[in-house]
Order: sequence, then structure tokens, then C-alpha cells
Amino acid sequence: MYVWIWRHLPGPIGAKLGQVLLLVVGVSALLLFVVFPWIEPHLPISQVTVPGQK
Amino acid sequence: MGTMVASPAAPPPRSAELTFGDKVRFVLRGIGQTLITLGLVVLLFVVYEVWITNIFAAREQAKVYNALKDEWKNGQDPLLPLPGDQTATIPIGEGIGVLYIPRLGRDYHFAIVQGSTVPDDSQLEKGPAHYGKTALPGQIGNFAVAGHRVGKGEPFLNLDKLRSGDAVIVETKSWWYVYRILGKPVGQNPENVRQQVAIDESTNQPISLPGREIVDPSDGNVLLPIPDHPGLVGAARLMTMTTCHPKFTASHRMIDYAELATKVRNTDLAMPDSIQALYSEVKA
Repeated sequence: MYVWIWRHLPGPIGAKLGQVLLLVVGVSALLLFVVFPWIEPHLPISQVTVPGQK
Repeated sequence: MGTMVASPAAPPPRSAELTFGDKVRFVLRGIGQTLITLGLVVLLFVVYEVWITNIFAAREQAKVYNALKDEWKNGQDPLLPLPGDQTATIPIGEGIGVLYIPRLGRDYHFAIVQGSTVPDDSQLEKGPAHYGKTALPGQIGNFAVAGHRVGKGEPFLNLDKLRSGDAVIVETKSWWYVYRILGKPVGQNPENVRQQVAIDESTNQPISLPGREIVDPSDGNVLLPIPDHPGLVGAARLMTMTTCHPKFTASHRMIDYAELATKVRNTDLAMPDSIQALYSEVKA
């Protein structure tokens, strides 16, 4: 997959490196600010409450 | 002389038939890259949990804290009117008081957020949240508060550092309430020491509680007016703090109990000397 992406990036090696950096930042931001906040409530972590009294 | 145009390098002749070895290598490389990618995603999730969520939570907490302090400065007391020990209605998500725990440092303070019957994520993200149907600060009964252990502002990250007798201070518009973690003698691991909080009138037996319990996530009895004793209503003014245990998991809940020891008038919204003095208790 990574080899395929590298081959398909246009330009000389400097440009390719820049694009890789952009891709990494973009994917990280997508995960941190969209994907993780969305899946987190469905994970069995950070549950801090006990059932309340009626 | 015509310019020689370098013919684009022809792609290396792809043999139409991949050898068996090629196919195995291709599949193995794909599996390897997938696993490495998943590992990096999981690492990034840890970064998100312990760092990014704190940034957002700090922003939310500051909003609640500032709104509460502004309210107080304008002379409004969200805990009034309280005829007798009746529960006031505070809008969910708004502040009710400020929590200070000297053992956790001078900087430690969090606005406690009004929560629903069981505080949900949106309330807990703003700060430690009050179980909405339990008593309010200083009232008879059990003032119960839930807070995140790791990430989301992590107000209760170091709840396990508290010792028996440690002060847990709740500032409201009118009063500074000083609760103390249950357990005698003071300075012990609260899991190992108990303190009487009521008397069972049917048997005349004293009822005692430990300063800390590790319980099952389904154990709602820790929120009772006299925790763990359904049906009993004493005159004790207790405070219960709940968080997850161990860190990063949801397998158990850590419960810290405290009882109101004293209260001091909040006259000018500045920490009185008698409250300041509580910080020197834990210097050692």
C-alpha cells in the first residue's frame, strides 16, 4: 500500500516527501478530531459512574 | 540536429505470471503493513485519550468555572432558594460549586457540574459532575460526584492518592464546606480504615464506612444517603466521589467517601485563612 502511494505521488523526491508529510498530518487530524471522538463513546473505557438512585 | 527526446523509461517488463514466491511476498507484506498501520492508529488513540481530550475538556471546564464565578459576583447563588434541605433545581451542565483537594496541590480546582441522575459524557467532559438526584453540598444525605480518571480533564486521576482524614473542600456562593475522607486514624490508606457515620436504629448498632471502596460498576448503593445500607436514613452529611478503576479500564469503580467536618462563610469569594491552613496539613 505504502509503496503504491509513494509511486503515485508526482514530482521529485522533495515534493514527494512534502506530500507524504501532508498526508500523515491529514490522516492524523481526521482520526484525532473526527473518528476517535465518534467511536470513543462506544468503547468500554472511561466509564466513571455507577447506576443512579431513583 | 533534432533534440533527442528521451523516451520515457519503459516500465520494467511485468511478467504476466507472478511466481508463487511473489504472491506469498505480496500477501505477507500487505499483512505486515496493515498490522503496523493498526498499531500506529492505536498509539494515536492513546495520544488522543490522554492529551487531546484534556485540551477540549479544559476549555469546557473554564467556561463553566467562569460562568459560575460571574454568577457569584453578581450576587446570584445557584444553590438558593433552598427551603430546608430541599433540592434546588440547577440547570444541567452548569456549575454548582468549586472543588479543592489540598492533597492534590494548590493548583487543583474544578468547577463541579450539575449532572443528570447519572452524569453522562457531555456533563463529565466539562468537569466532575454531580449525580443530579443526590444531596447538594453541605446537605444531609450524600453529595455524590463522578469524575474522569484519565483524559477529559482527568479531575479524579489521583483520587487514589487521598489518605484518611484528607480535606476535600467544596466552595459554594455562601459557604466553604470542608469534607474529610472517612477513616480513623488519619493519614492511612482509606481502604483499610473505617469511621462511624450513623446508628442503625432498629438494632442500635453503629454503622461505619471505609474511606474508600473498590466496587462493581453496577453497585449503585454507594450513592445512598448512608452508602451500602439501603433503607437507612441518618443525619450524616456525606460526600461520595466515583471514578473508574484501575486506570484506563471500566472493570471496577473507585469510591471515596468523606463526611462534612466544618463549614466557613464565604464572605468575599476569596479563600479564608482557615481554608488556606488546610493546605499546610498535607505538606509533609
